[in-house]
Amino acid sequence: MELKANMAGNVWKITVNQGDKVESGQDVVILESMKMEIPIAAEEAGTVAELKVNEGDFVNEGDVIAVID
Amino acid sequence: MSYMEDLQKRISKIEKGGLEKYHKKNEEKGKLFVRKRLELLFDKGMDIEDAFFANCMDDSLPSDGVVTGIGKINGQSVCVMANDSTVKAGSWGKRTVEKIIRIQETAEKLEIPMLYLVDSAGARITDQIEMFPGRRGAGRIFHNQIKLSGRVPQVCLLFGPSAAGGAYIPAFCDIVIMVDGNASMYLGSPRMAEKVIGEKVSLEEMGGASMHCSVSGVGDVLVKTEEEAIAYSRNYLSYFPANFRNKPKELEAKEKKEFEKSITDILPENQNAPFDMHELINRVIDEDSFCEIKKKFAPELITGLARIDGKSVGIIANQPRMKGGVLFHDSADKAAKFMQLCDAFHIPLLFLVDVPGFMIGTKVERAGIIRHGAKMLSAMSEATVPKISVIVRKAYGAGLYAMAGPAFDPDCCLAFPTAQVAVMGPEAAVNAVYANKIAELPEEDRPAFIKEKQDEYKDNIDIYRLASEMVVDAVIDPNKLREELINRYAVYENKNVTFTERKHGVYPV
Repeated sequence: MELKANMAGNVWKITVNQGDKVESGQDVVILESMKMEIPIAAEEAGTVAELKVNEGDFVNEGDVIAVID
Repeated sequence: MSYMEDLQKRISKIEKGGLEKYHKKNEEKGKLFVRKRLELLFDKGMDIEDAFFANCMDDSLPSDGVVTGIGKINGQSVCVMANDSTVKAGSWGKRTVEKIIRIQETAEKLEIPMLYLVDSAGARITDQIEMFPGRRGAGRIFHNQIKLSGRVPQVCLLFGPSAAGGAYIPAFCDIVIMVDGNASMYLGSPRMAEKVIGEKVSLEEMGGASMHCSVSGVGDVLVKTEEEAIAYSRNYLSYFPANFRNKPKELEAKEKKEFEKSITDILPENQNAPFDMHELINRVIDEDSFCEIKKKFAPELITGLARIDGKSVGIIANQPRMKGGVLFHDSADKAAKFMQLCDAFHIPLLFLVDVPGFMIGTKVERAGIIRHGAKMLSAMSEATVPKISVIVRKAYGAGLYAMAGPAFDPDCCLAFPTAQVAVMGPEAAVNAVYANKIAELPEEDRPAFIKEKQDEYKDNIDIYRLASEMVVDAVIDPNKLREELINRYAVYENKNVTFTERKHGVYPV
């Protein structure tokens, strides 16, 4: 499953590593946008198969941040 | 056969609806028979049924595919139209349309809520001259809905398709409850889309319940089963009066739920850190009284009905947990309709403010965020019901205005000690004012300079300074918010205000 950015912003913190197991609702990435911390959480439980961004990257709304299997 | 036997035979045949195979098909999809739906909807069955014998000369069209009548919900009489999808897929013939128009006229005369239980394939093309273009054709249904809007609550329960023109029935209702997997709305079917514009798409993707409740916003509430849809509609109506002439009924007051952590425990010190606004809402309202609307659509703004001390209240709250609580075009649109709904039926408004402002950037400008934001401000400004705004943390820029800021005639604007009211936040402001200065400084001196200027800025927008200037009416203990609201709503409920004199405003839609 693809985890997408829900708004435009910078990747502030990545809180998981590739291969980590995540719970549904667990924060995967925290964006910084409009001076706010925007947590992006996994919609379903799974394993982080791929992280598509690095800290500091700009992401637009709809960009894929991570792939969770 | 005696005439009594003949009558009985006719009644029992019509009551059964369409052919057995269609009942089976519906059952497989988890769909209930129309009469079962009505049994679940009303307190004690339907009191009056209209035109039961409609089209009875045609054996294949019992009641012409729609049941209309009056029954009670929470003791209040309501009018209902309910499609029977076992009869020609719930399609509309001449008498179907006439029945729907008549029950709407009854709702208008009696000034009682109108419910639409929709499960219909659309017009019967074979009957089009009789049911489509004329004075009492299907267009009249929508004309009546528009007329009823704001006079009586109109609720749509969508159990199946609502196709083509029929898709406007939900669109004109105050609220649309959709059953996941079965309910759909679309102007042209996927088959038509492929033929006419060459698009290949599934029904679920194009017009399914999940899409409409999370992307288009035409749907308001996504439920798993028909029983859940019916229970939601019964509960929803309990917050409303029967019509615009009356105030909502008060229910017995309940205490708020008890939590280990108080409001001050859950508010983060850092303005930029997220928290879950639902946790604050639950610490203010009567226990289990929150009826959320559009939960999945634009979740950065929470809208829902609740009770405080047994009285209905409409809550509009920024949700810092989602998209930082920033206002978008969709959240503004969502708020505008919700405020109009509450104002139409005398439901006081409560604004819980924690907003960094409206979103900026190319994407939202192209989506028309300015006009959608203007629409939100219009609806908020025009609302004459009691309005209380509570500044929980930040209220920046037009975000303050949209959330019933002091200039928009709220009955009061309360602030928590954590409130921060400004054109923009300290980070953005220092960047805006000192960008050149910062660039000139040696790199190592910058953080200290920025910190100093941000602290200066924060002092300048100190909430007690705003209280001293009487911008906010009070700075209150967050843990006593519920008591404060109970006292204030009890006083403001007697307010009697007309917004202004005119035919109507020109909406920035």
